[in-house]
Amino acid sequence: MSLNEDLTRMSAVELAHAVQTGEASAVEVATAHLDRIAAVDGAVHAFLHVDREGALAQAAAVDAARAAGNPPASPLAGVPLALKDIVVQKGVPTTAASKILEGWIPPYDATITTKLKEAGIVILGKTNLDEFAMGSSTENSAYGPTGNPWDLTRIPGGSGGGSAAALAAFEAPLAIGTDTGGSIRQPAAVTGTVGAKPTYGGVSRYGLIALASSLDQAGPCARTVLDAALLHEAIAGHDPRDSTSIPEPVPAVVQAVRRGQGDGIKGMRIGVVTQLGGEGYQPGVLDSFRAAVAQLAALGAEIVEVSCPHFEYALAAYYLIQPSECSSNLARFDAMRYGLRVGDDGNHSAEEVMVATRGAGFGAEAKRRIMLGTYALSAGYYDAYYGSAQKVRTLIKRDFEGAFGAADVLISPTTPVTAFKIGEKVDDPMAMYLNDLATIPASLAGIPAMSVPSGLAADTSLPAGLQIMAPALGEQAMYRVAGAYEQARNAAAGFALLDRIAALPTAAVPTAAAGR
Amino acid sequence: MTTAELTPAEWAALDDVADFDEAIAAFDPVLGLEVHVELGTATKMFCSCATTFGAEPNTQVCPVCLALPGAMPVVNGTAVEYAIRIGLALNCSIAPWCRFARKNYFYPDMPKNFQTSQYDEPIAFDGYLDVPVGDEIVRVEIERAHMEEDTGKSTHIGGATGRIHGAEFSLLDYNRAGVPLVEIVSKPIVGTKASAPEVARAYVATLQDLVRSLGVSDVRMDQGSMRCDVNLSLTPAGNPVFGTRTETKNVNSLRSVERAARFEICRQASVLTAGGEIRQETRHFDELAGTTASGRVKETAEDYRYFPEPDLVPVAPSAQWVEQIRAALPELPWVRRERLQRDWGFTDLEMRDLTNARGVELVAQTVAAGAGAGDARSWWMSYLAQQANSAGVELSELAITPAQVAAVIGLVSSGSLTAALARKVVDGVLAGEGEPAEVVEKRGLAVVSDDSALQAAIDEALAAQPDVADKIRSGKVQAIGAIVGAVMKATRGQADAAKVRELTLKTIG
Ligand SMILES: [Zn+2]
Repeated sequence: MSLNEDLTRMSAVELAHAVQTGEASAVEVATAHLDRIAAVDGAVHAFLHVDREGALAQAAAVDAARAAGNPPASPLAGVPLALKDIVVQKGVPTTAASKILEGWIPPYDATITTKLKEAGIVILGKTNLDEFAMGSSTENSAYGPTGNPWDLTRIPGGSGGGSAAALAAFEAPLAIGTDTGGSIRQPAAVTGTVGAKPTYGGVSRYGLIALASSLDQAGPCARTVLDAALLHEAIAGHDPRDSTSIPEPVPAVVQAVRRGQGDGIKGMRIGVVTQLGGEGYQPGVLDSFRAAVAQLAALGAEIVEVSCPHFEYALAAYYLIQPSECSSNLARFDAMRYGLRVGDDGNHSAEEVMVATRGAGFGAEAKRRIMLGTYALSAGYYDAYYGSAQKVRTLIKRDFEGAFGAADVLISPTTPVTAFKIGEKVDDPMAMYLNDLATIPASLAGIPAMSVPSGLAADTSLPAGLQIMAPALGEQAMYRVAGAYEQARNAAAGFALLDRIAALPTAAVPTAAAGR
Repeated sequence: MTTAELTPAEWAALDDVADFDEAIAAFDPVLGLEVHVELGTATKMFCSCATTFGAEPNTQVCPVCLALPGAMPVVNGTAVEYAIRIGLALNCSIAPWCRFARKNYFYPDMPKNFQTSQYDEPIAFDGYLDVPVGDEIVRVEIERAHMEEDTGKSTHIGGATGRIHGAEFSLLDYNRAGVPLVEIVSKPIVGTKASAPEVARAYVATLQDLVRSLGVSDVRMDQGSMRCDVNLSLTPAGNPVFGTRTETKNVNSLRSVERAARFEICRQASVLTAGGEIRQETRHFDELAGTTASGRVKETAEDYRYFPEPDLVPVAPSAQWVEQIRAALPELPWVRRERLQRDWGFTDLEMRDLTNARGVELVAQTVAAGAGAGDARSWWMSYLAQQANSAGVELSELAITPAQVAAVIGLVSSGSLTAALARKVVDGVLAGEGEPAEVVEKRGLAVVSDDSALQAAIDEALAAQPDVADKIRSGKVQAIGAIVGAVMKATRGQADAAKVRELTLKTIG
């Protein structure tokens, strides 16, 4: 194992420490990861764009600041990160995995991007996703699917499959995901990584290309709970440019993880949601979940069963609200100001160019959701569809309120099944949508939720995830439980899950590729 | 739209529009007015771009108002305050909690392809405006005043019509995209009969007056910062059920509001009288012809798919804030006018003329700059009114400020200028030659008050016309006119005639 490979195996906390103590320079750390990407990403395809030059420049700036005697910009200064390609970064191609944005270079930074840069976090490149984050497998990317590093013939989850795969492939120790109905948590679960969706409004959405505005939330992805917490604190906080962002201090989640790892969770009430399990769930996933419950009980938590009767309608409500908002959010892609333009040959009107561009630029799933949403919002259908869905949303929030009266956090399997084969469900949208069964209720309620590896499902030998949900702004309880559980599970197993992932095929010339 | 592209049906409608009096005898007009007011905030509704009128195209834009991927709106608090001011001045209730909605439709000059507007939750609702029409007051009920954003501006190049169909290409300017608007919607105005066109005009004029006094917009119809749509339907006289209405857009002057209403009354009456049906449609007003013409007929009704804007939190003005705004409202313009009339001692007729000429504020400012009210009124209402009239502009659009007018008046009262010279000074100011004092200087217009210079001119005139001096001595004093005339000619009109007369008499002894 080379030095470079050692660096890619380290956690963000370890890397930050190495950079701060001068054990490794930020440029060495970035180079190691860029080389790893060059070596394995041909097979994994986690990245849509690798910004080697930009990353090395950022890393050099971190080293220069240290050489000048400045204190580190943040606890993560010098640590590399993979940015989901739905978050805009000035001067770096941003496509949302859609042909309609091919070649678009954003003239501005998202608030998250600005915060990452200010924290000295080195952005390696942009990761693959389902087009405009619509999907649960990353197969809807216009630029081809991403392989799950546990088995490259399987999906890495979606929409943030690229970010999760980059972590599991040791291409980056940190990544940014965005979660509308489970796009951070579901990929985390199927790749054996950690992903957290903060409280809606906890992280600014400014510069996050909108899928469904009332649901979208960016969050941290990492290989450990502590790394996720550090990244969470780096990107969260009120932003005057996002009117829905919460004007509250960032929850002290790093402290919460340390508390979970130090003091444990004795006496905490943990609710198991009756409706999130049973029928439709893979036996190996349920076994893994039961083992997690037993582990939490062994840590001294009080396990209670809670019922959330309206969760039954969550998926249906979600697939009305999300396409409705999506149909309107995607209207701006019209060839007039940026992105793809088709049919502008002097013989076609602006309207015809719009139609031709949207026809050519959007993939099948985007079109499906635009049509569903347009229909659901139409006069005469609005009350029955969008209106009813909003009522369901209110009922689900009430279910959660009731449940949080009895429990400090709620838990469930993150996904009903482990990673399936690429191509297996592409022709069956309903089967695909069912992947988000367990993650959607928290999205509709706007509460924080995260996924932590719960081991391999015995029936598929693939990772399964434990979902932990907390009340709005209750991230501390969520991270405390996650930290305690991760520590206990690793201790019991004798290793962290990703330590046992098989080696990936590597390209012959590790340092050749500069980007694509 | 010009008459050249009217459809045969339109031509027919034009040919036999009913006589207005006959139309009113047979039908009762029902009016509805939708007025868009562009707010005079420094920045746009949802971003911090400037709103300056007439800037170079696409120089006042940013990721938000260009709808770049990922950009998000934030509500301009000043725009909300202005909307509340308008609502309160219109005696509306102010919503304690309301939301924006998305009005979805595709159009190239609308960057997001939805307009962020208020739909069923307006910031202000259920008010009224008392409109003076002749000697009567007509109370117009206000349905709502809501906030929304403006679109960009398309310029269609090529093609005969200047409209999007048939154009070779279109230029888009997004400077106006996202400029805050308040749309004020009246309830149906009934029972106005033959005065309907006049009521429509008076309503818009009163609204304009009111909004201007609130300091929230410059309400320039010529620049589009105030725009009016005239809705009109006819119902057989005495029938309480409203007929089908048309919505006439592009009505961009007070005069046009009146003409559009009048034309629609006549046109609809002729269609109905001939047994036809009124189509519910958008019509465009043609300023030149004074007619309305059908807009593009849509095969299907537009479905805007409104839903609450999820990118914005609700607007929830506190009762305390609303009361603060109410307390700080300026004096209503008509109340202020009554007070000013008393202070200035103007007759009702003088005040009405001044109001109609939109000169009240100009006179007030001229008085504030030190002029007497009578002088200020007479300058604005006579010489300046003539200049405005011949230039085809409003008094306020003349290139002279009230302070400059006050300065000219001051020069006349101090004897430095005669009335005739003062007009020349005003001409100079209007021609952009600078401040009154500079014009006096440059044009050499000061009254010749140097006695020795005048004396020399008088001596010369008397020497040239010895018989005149004799006539005057013999008592024919009116003969002095010849001398005064000669002196005025010699001084190119810059002498004070009374002074010349006095000096001449003294010289003759
Ligand atoms: Zn802007």
